[in-house]
Amino acid sequence: MTMLLSTRGMTRYFAGLRAVHGVDFDLPEGQIRALIGPNGAGKTTFVSMLCGRIPPSEGMISFGGRDISRLPAHKRINLGMAYTFQITSVFARLSVAENVALAARRKVQGADAVARAVQGALDKVGLGDRPDQNAGDLSYGHQRLLEIAMGLVQEPRLLILDEPTQGLADSEIDAFKALIRDLSKSATILLIEHNMSVVMETADFVTVLNFGEILAEGTPQEIHADAAVQAAYLGTG
Amino acid sequence: MSATQKMIALHGGLLGLLFVLQFLLPAYHHGNLARVMVLASYAIGYNIMFGYTGLLSLGHALFFAAGMYGMGLAVNLGGVAPAPALIAGVLAGVVVSAALGLLALRTAGVAFMIVTLMFAQAGYLAVLYFGAYTRGDEGFVIQQAQRIMWGIDLSDPANRYFAAYALFAICLLLSLWVVQRPFGRVLVAIRENEERARMLGYDVFRHKLGAVVLSGTISAAAGAAYGLLFGYVGASFASVQYSIFPLLWVLLGGAGTVLGPFIGTLFMFYLIDLSSGLTSAYMLIAGVALVVLTLFAPQGLAGELRSRIWRWLP
Repeated sequence: MTMLLSTRGMTRYFAGLRAVHGVDFDLPEGQIRALIGPNGAGKTTFVSMLCGRIPPSEGMISFGGRDISRLPAHKRINLGMAYTFQITSVFARLSVAENVALAARRKVQGADAVARAVQGALDKVGLGDRPDQNAGDLSYGHQRLLEIAMGLVQEPRLLILDEPTQGLADSEIDAFKALIRDLSKSATILLIEHNMSVVMETADFVTVLNFGEILAEGTPQEIHADAAVQAAYLGTG
Repeated sequence: MSATQKMIALHGGLLGLLFVLQFLLPAYHHGNLARVMVLASYAIGYNIMFGYTGLLSLGHALFFAAGMYGMGLAVNLGGVAPAPALIAGVLAGVVVSAALGLLALRTAGVAFMIVTLMFAQAGYLAVLYFGAYTRGDEGFVIQQAQRIMWGIDLSDPANRYFAAYALFAICLLLSLWVVQRPFGRVLVAIRENEERARMLGYDVFRHKLGAVVLSGTISAAAGAAYGLLFGYVGASFASVQYSIFPLLWVLLGGAGTVLGPFIGTLFMFYLIDLSSGLTSAYMLIAGVALVVLTLFAPQGLAGELRSRIWRWLP
């Protein structure tokens, strides 16, 4: 199996606090991988190091067979990573369409081609009927969907989604699961997720972080049955 | 009408109006408007950085003066003709803004404001220090004989108006074009949410540097034209006052709108002009008007127009 993304010894300290420690992580091409763990386990810190928002204290990252440990964030994105923020971070005062267009323009040239790509992405997430609205006026759930549209319009090799279903209604979560399965045909997906039904139904493989270290890895079923994970995270009930 | 047609009609309409006005205005206002158009070009340059990219500079007098002295020294010391002297002024703007951008963009926010302010002060002091060439505070006059470009006497009011008009039209159309381009859209994205723009794969530093150089170059072109058209080059144009002016004009007219700089410059110019005819305490009237506008039109005149009526306004 070829690995799209690998890390070795990824470590990050925040003023003496060890947020992530010695993580060796391998993500094969085409997989949907869920990253779970209790609050403060280091999930967001870990993926922030992957895409270059935070420099690691130690460790190396390779992406598509290339060492990207020293690349700045925008160059990693240009290699085919896309990152959606945990706290929605859309351009609030710009229109929905312009938000997605900004994400599309790096890949797609020409106003017409951009407009088509934008409409296609908005249709996929179900926001196709409101391109001219200000992004800041969307409901929270719709802003999350807009984030995802901004990710998928980049046609990334790796799509990193940080808690994408947070704040979504149940019906929206069902639509989201279908969307993820659809996206996985063309992209590898790394998903930070708290909602266990999303993890169980979409992920091929699960990595559990606890206190900044990998506690367990396995299929969703294996993880569900794992005693250590139960104790640390899922609860014993 | 589509938004694009409206946009063309509005901006083309303004340029058409300004063109026609030169034949209609009495001499006093004719001269004023020529001055306003050159200063508005300066404000357009400032607006690229402040209004569209969200970079608050307190040192734009450095660029204005770079253009003015680049032109003026070329004429006065080099004996160069006006056209190449103007180019020298613009090039001085490119070099100074690129150098300032490379250094100052390592900082952000308040630190960026302070750094630009300090560089501009250093520029002002340099003008005074090299008084042997610049004539310091006193400045120097560019003689009428030195202001004849391609056989056109730029000290003549009609020619001067037309030259100012040409400069303003170029700057206005350039800024209109840039903000519609993908490059301009990225600048707005950086202003709105820099981290998000970076995580969409844009090289934020390079885009900001491009904005600083474009902004500085337009400002320098305005400075060079001002010196040539009005025949005087002096250190006061490098002082902090001339860094604050474009900020005020852009704020009043509407930061991040293409027309805002012109509206703000025109408004402020005539506010001071009219109130100084009424009282010697004219700055008080100007100050009160500014406070009222900031309270009731915080987005500036064109900005309010956009948020209330014309949403398509670029």
